[in-house]
Amino acid sequence: MRTAIEDRALVSLRGVRKAFGSFEVLRGVDLTVAKGEVAAIIGPSGSGKSTILRTINGLTPVDQGVIQVGDIAVTDPKVDKVALRHRVGMVFQQYNLFPHKTVLENVSMAPIQVLKEPRKEVEERARELLVGMRLPEKALSYPGELSGGQQQRVAIARALCMQPQVILFDEVTAALDPEMVKEVLGAVRKVAEDGMTCILVTHEMRFAREAANRIYFTDKGVIVEQGEPKAFFANPQDPRTKEFLDKVL
Amino acid sequence: MSETSIFTDVLRWLPFVLWGFGLNVLMSVLAILLGTTAGVFLGLGQVSHTRVVGGVSRLATQLFRNAPWLVLLFYCIFLMPYSITISSATYNVPSWLRATLGFSVPVAANFSEIVRGAIGSVPKGQWEAAEALGYSRSVTLLRIILPQCTTRMLPPWMNLYALLITATPLASIVGVEEALARTQAAVQSEAQASFLIPMYVTLLMMFFLYTYPISRVSNALERRFRTV
Amino acid sequence: MLELFRQFALDLKASGINLTILYDAFDFERFLSGLATTCALVVLCTFFSILIGAIGAAVLGLSRGPAAMLVRAYVALIRNTPLLVQMYFFYFAVGSLMPVGHNAIGLPVPMIGNFTWAVIALSLYAGAFNVETFRSGIGAVHASYEEAALALGYSRFKAFRYVVAPLGLRFSFASLANNLVDLTKATTVAYAIGVAELLYVSNQIWSDSLNTFEMMNVMLAIYLLLTGIVVWIIGRVQAAMRLPGFGAN
Repeated sequence: MRTAIEDRALVSLRGVRKAFGSFEVLRGVDLTVAKGEVAAIIGPSGSGKSTILRTINGLTPVDQGVIQVGDIAVTDPKVDKVALRHRVGMVFQQYNLFPHKTVLENVSMAPIQVLKEPRKEVEERARELLVGMRLPEKALSYPGELSGGQQQRVAIARALCMQPQVILFDEVTAALDPEMVKEVLGAVRKVAEDGMTCILVTHEMRFAREAANRIYFTDKGVIVEQGEPKAFFANPQDPRTKEFLDKVL
Repeated sequence: MSETSIFTDVLRWLPFVLWGFGLNVLMSVLAILLGTTAGVFLGLGQVSHTRVVGGVSRLATQLFRNAPWLVLLFYCIFLMPYSITISSATYNVPSWLRATLGFSVPVAANFSEIVRGAIGSVPKGQWEAAEALGYSRSVTLLRIILPQCTTRMLPPWMNLYALLITATPLASIVGVEEALARTQAAVQSEAQASFLIPMYVTLLMMFFLYTYPISRVSNALERRFRTV
Repeated sequence: MLELFRQFALDLKASGINLTILYDAFDFERFLSGLATTCALVVLCTFFSILIGAIGAAVLGLSRGPAAMLVRAYVALIRNTPLLVQMYFFYFAVGSLMPVGHNAIGLPVPMIGNFTWAVIALSLYAGAFNVETFRSGIGAVHASYEEAALALGYSRFKAFRYVVAPLGLRFSFASLANNLVDLTKATTVAYAIGVAELLYVSNQIWSDSLNTFEMMNVMLAIYLLLTGIVVWIIGRVQAAMRLPGFGAN
């Protein structure tokens, strides 16, 4: 029986399993994210949250299961990786901006070199995105000259410049000093409100409650519980969920 | 010339060359012992707070590290006496011994750098803690810092030995009858072109089989001792 | 002016220091030609060995198959056998297989001369050490940079070319400087196959003029100068490629 959300599914995971050596990180994950939806994945360390994100854009191959992004079957061994990474963008905890390229080059290089789009168009788009991230004056600076929060916003612009359909955010504020967390969360909020499908792994419970349409709780490699934020946080059903929320809220 | 007879020819010369290789090994062992001993003093001298000692040690280290091994070899061969007289007995200093001394110099300079690097890699907190406990600088160096350095120095020291053993054939240029000189003698004696490649390949293999295990052990030790 | 210099040199001779290269035109010329040959060896072999090192490291970084095994075998062989034996192997053993041409007066002339063999042997020798240098420089680049490039759709090869290799180069400078200093010193080994480099020429001079001690010292001083220049050049290149805020610097 398919729910309404599944009908509009953009990203779906079915029965995904992944082990690193003898350690099974994902033990059968089922997840469906609709177009335009903002999904937040929360859970204790080691529960597999980041691994789930990495399987969606093919950075981590899975042992079992089916992953679908629109009409692209990620788990197909012959999947077109460039098309996949065009459709799915990612922002990392450690920003990972390329230190030997300027901010503008960081944002624009992939669409030019990978997607072969014309340079002028891409650079214009990049500059607009930097304006949107409130960093237009930093275009010719190097990442080493920016603060952590600024670097992370550039990383978001870099993901956006590929014009993806869904963006994965992997604990993007976890490595930031507290005063910079707010500016980055604001940027993520803006991306979500502009209609982008977002899947976030985060520790920021308040942000998850305010910005997400759906919360997923993972523990020991499976999704234990999911639901609408208000109901989820006010009235968790599963005892493991309750235990986790008691600790973090 | 058929394949098998070249093979037997090489085999015939093998003991002759192997004995020469023994001289390479002997030179390398003596040179590493001499050079390491001198290098320890030079290395400690480099980190000394005494201006003169520090300056001279650093200068000597730089000078002998940046000099080509062959030039140092020539230096020692030409400028060292052919015989020395100790208490009325005259000893001939054979060329291989002079070559060994010639090799000891760059070994000492290189080991001096290894020592300096190892001392520098010990965290500063160790010095501070020792000072806070009242240790003098030299006692700190001897009792606390150097013992921590030994594991750090082992892999580069083994690499230095590998470098040394592959440098010993240079002694053939100054007349020492070691493995390379003997290989050349064998080749000249056989006087046929088809003998050249097998003979030189054999010599290369001799060095490879001796040196490669040393490199591997050095790499393995380096991985084991890595503190990261 | 030159006459003053000459007089100074002759005065030195009177007081025991005989530097024929300073007052004897013939010695001066051949000394200079020896120095020029050494410099030519250093420049040519630096170029080729860096090329070999880069290609070798790229192969090791990108492939896991027979090509990588070949590179590893090459490096192991060169690093664990004597340079002098390698040079003799090329000049005598391989050289004996080369076709022999004839010069204008009908005398046999080998196709590849001793200078060329020296360049080949020294380049292969230093190249092996450079492979190791670049390989560990690339290895020092944090995996997350490659991951970010992959997430943007770069193929492994493109990620290597545009992100990992430029960063790895910055980590390689210290070790590269070491290798090039070793190369400069190793050019003396060409003496053994009759290349008229600095040591060979100095040997000729001191055989004729019996000023062994003086020539030895001059040589030591010159090699000190040459290695100093090499280190200085690498230092300048490193400074020019410095990235603000990036670890290696």
